Amino acid sequence: MSAPNLVEVSGVGVSYGDCPVLKRVNLSVAEGAFVTIVGASGCGKSTFLRLLLSQERPTAGTIKMAGAPLPSRPTPDRGIVFQRYSVFPHLTVTENLILPLEIERARLFGRTYGRQRRVLREEVQATLHHIGLTPARDRYPAQLSGGMQQRLAIAQALLKKPRILLLDEPFGALDPGIRRDMHELLLSLWQETGMTIFMVTHDIAEAFKLGTRLIVFDKTRGGEEAATSAATITYDLPLRRPAAGVPDLAADSIRAADTLERAVSMLGGETKREAKKEEGEAS
Amino acid sequence: MSADATLGRFARIVLGALPFVVLVAIYAIGSHLRRLENPSDKLLPSFDAMASTFWAMATQPDQRSGNLLLWSDTAASLGRLGAGMLITASVALSLGIIIGYLPRTRATLAPFIAAISLIPPITVLPILFVVFGLGEVSKVMLIVVGTAPIMTRSLAQAVMDIPREEIVKAETLGASSLQLVFRVVLPQIWPRLVTAMRLGLVPAWIFLISAEAIASTGGLGYRIFLVRRYLAMDVILPYVAWITLLAYGLDRLLHLFSRRLFRWAHLTGESL
Repeated sequence: MSAPNLVEVSGVGVSYGDCPVLKRVNLSVAEGAFVTIVGASGCGKSTFLRLLLSQERPTAGTIKMAGAPLPSRPTPDRGIVFQRYSVFPHLTVTENLILPLEIERARLFGRTYGRQRRVLREEVQATLHHIGLTPARDRYPAQLSGGMQQRLAIAQALLKKPRILLLDEPFGALDPGIRRDMHELLLSLWQETGMTIFMVTHDIAEAFKLGTRLIVFDKTRGGEEAATSAATITYDLPLRRPAAGVPDLAADSIRAADTLERAVSMLGGETKREAKKEEGEAS
Repeated sequence: MSADATLGRFARIVLGALPFVVLVAIYAIGSHLRRLENPSDKLLPSFDAMASTFWAMATQPDQRSGNLLLWSDTAASLGRLGAGMLITASVALSLGIIIGYLPRTRATLAPFIAAISLIPPITVLPILFVVFGLGEVSKVMLIVVGTAPIMTRSLAQAVMDIPREEIVKAETLGASSLQLVFRVVLPQIWPRLVTAMRLGLVPAWIFLISAEAIASTGGLGYRIFLVRRYLAMDVILPYVAWITLLAYGLDRLLHLFSRRLFRWAHLTGESL
């Protein structure tokens, strides 16, 4: 890794009152990486993502982006897609897409009218087409399927051309077939834009398939005081991906399955080894 | 899908009309029996008598004032109700947003408004009469005092119900606080304001009629309490029905208004 790192996380911890959630999280991520984050529920994956977004602040350690400390509030250089509530229910598909542009151009109230608005509607035509929502452009999110909603959410997040895209279980509520389509869309967008992606998922196959790097969050025993266990990064695996270009889905999924099998046995072996080590230390 | 979706449209209309028909029939029988004993009975006048009195009030100028009483009463009452609801809506909307959106204002104002909302509004009426006099202002203010606290609370809750994710998402799209309020918060609150107004209209009518009954020279509430002295049930009963019809009409109007203007808010689930 010769390129300078875009994101530097050092010694980060988060506690709510007396209750530690994350501790000693260290991570360096190069620009253009696709980092997938897995771990059991309640292991601080989403908390970590909220830290990267500045929705929450670490109680210990620092996070730097491009060498500078993170701003204290969410900013347009970091886009976000949540599992739910990522698009605005009171706006149609087109209105959702032009909202970021309106916010940019109408500084006071973020609302455009008449000709200016028509110009913006023209501007998002290509995006609408790209995500296949042209026929649904005047529908409200409640009238869209889950997959369409998430396509809209991703497109909306990318309109501000963020350097980092954060995804919090974005496909968790989708059917497997739809999910595969979304993977394709996401990978092509990632290759087109060269942005850095952090994606939390509970689907380990998805994590192996999409990521260039896989991070596992897990609870570690806090030495003697086992009750106060916080999570941290326990595994950090570089994943090899086929070279840039449209991914060959069949080969990809076979490869993903193989990698998955290997990884599961590897994780199991590691856990056993670590358990032995702990026993050794205890005695 | 609701449980009665299996019923036909016709069956639903018939079933819905049934209680009304029963009520009217019981009244007609009671009225008939009483008038058999005493043809000039005032307590349960016939439908004919009520209709002709009501018609006269709607079409013939009053001898003393020269007004068409039904319409001048209706205009006076609706004017007070409208002014009261308008003031309440603006107060509830602005307070609701700053309470729901800004944690610091919430900590300051929420307990205060919770306490204020527990004051029985009618106990404030003497104070309003003393402060604002016996004119229109005190009647409008009673409506405001009676409905603003609950409407404020329900709008503050509506703001708090907006998912956190939407606020964060808007921030990542570069929205300032003002843009957030005008593009994300306010538009989603409008339909909730209409709902709050529909619920607020129920106590608003009570306070309106009470204020008119106590000190007024016109209005629907004034009229029924005035003619009570003469046991004029032929005026009171049609007036009660008229007030009910107005209240129902306003409610449906607001509902229709919300469905037309905020179509997105009525896409899922059924609404009353």
